Amino acid sequence: MGSAPSLGEQAYVQQGETQTAVKILVVGHFAVGKTTFIGSISEITPLSTEETMTRAGESIDDLKGVQGKTTTTVAMDFGRLTVSERIVLYLFGTPGQLRFVQMWEDMARGALGALVLVDPERLADSFTVIDLIEQYGLDYAIAVNHFDGTSIRDERALREALDLLDDTPIVTCDARDERSSAAALITLVRYLQDRAR
Amino acid sequence: MTEPDKQEPETAQLVRSYVITNGRNLPGEDQFSLITLVTASADHQQRPARLSPEEQKLLEMCVGGYLSVAEIAGHTQLPLGVVKILLAALSEGGYLITRPPVERAPLATMEILEEVLNGLRTKFG
Ligand SMILES: Nc1nc2c(ncn2[C@@H]2O[C@H](COP(=O)(O)OP(=O)(O)O)[C@@H](O)[C@H]2O)c(=O)[nH]1
Ligand SMILES: [Mg+2]
Repeated sequence: MGSAPSLGEQAYVQQGETQTAVKILVVGHFAVGKTTFIGSISEITPLSTEETMTRAGESIDDLKGVQGKTTTTVAMDFGRLTVSERIVLYLFGTPGQLRFVQMWEDMARGALGALVLVDPERLADSFTVIDLIEQYGLDYAIAVNHFDGTSIRDERALREALDLLDDTPIVTCDARDERSSAAALITLVRYLQDRAR
Repeated sequence: MTEPDKQEPETAQLVRSYVITNGRNLPGEDQFSLITLVTASADHQQRPARLSPEEQKLLEMCVGGYLSVAEIAGHTQLPLGVVKILLAALSEGGYLITRPPVERAPLATMEILEEVLNGLRTKFG
């Protein structure tokens, strides 16, 4: 085979020889700004994967009799950020949907924590995803993604509406802006530090 | 992008996946997580190659440096499960080097978080 790699140099992890990977989840309902958020701070063009879902409990091994089975594919998207010579951070974005258990398990396993993007005009749409994150035992912070013209709720009301703990951080962010997105992540990481102490 | 809610019959794709993977089982999570980093081994060209086109394609992608399993799935547009199976086969044949994610011992976690924080501040501060 030819030895030229099939992707450009930028695609690969920098300093890969010394690095290991960690991940943080970016979750929230459909169109809340997850892809935008990840794209704003990722060093690669965000990628997505689709997972072929067999029905609960079935493995690829069971595919011999696939005729007539219905499966669902779901997209999760992700980006990458080299944070140090030792660590490369992946951000995984996904909508919160209960039935994609396998994907959630893959994503949640070993994650440092989660950033939950919330649209203040559609708070009820965030309940499922927050439930899921809690179910997987992940620590999280809330990032309120402010779309133009949406009202700014006061923090107490938001905390109450989402039934958050007193110490769960709430930040506002504009997912289109890299500094704003990074600031939200920084808030999450500082909170994770507090929780790990 | 795929509508996350849409349900559709994908028998054809499943059958194709089954053929591509030669009916092999999904490797354990320990071996290939989403963020396991993978690259071609130094001597991958010396190996007696009898690779499928898909395995060949994945291996070529891995020649340029480290990529996560998720990135390989993203670039190839193959389902994640299929990618894991193909990578496991390549790894078994000695074509690949893998680097599992950081162990999450409490002490390591503090160090990791500190480094992530510093990295974010340096880049976007
Ligand atoms: N005005 C405004 N629009 C945004 C913001 N974040 C995302 N959008 C837009 O909202 C739409 C949905 O965002 P997307 O990132 O695809 O949401 P996802 O479904 O959660 O991945 C896109 O058209 C974005 O351009 C924001 O902070 N402000
Ligand atoms: Mg999206």
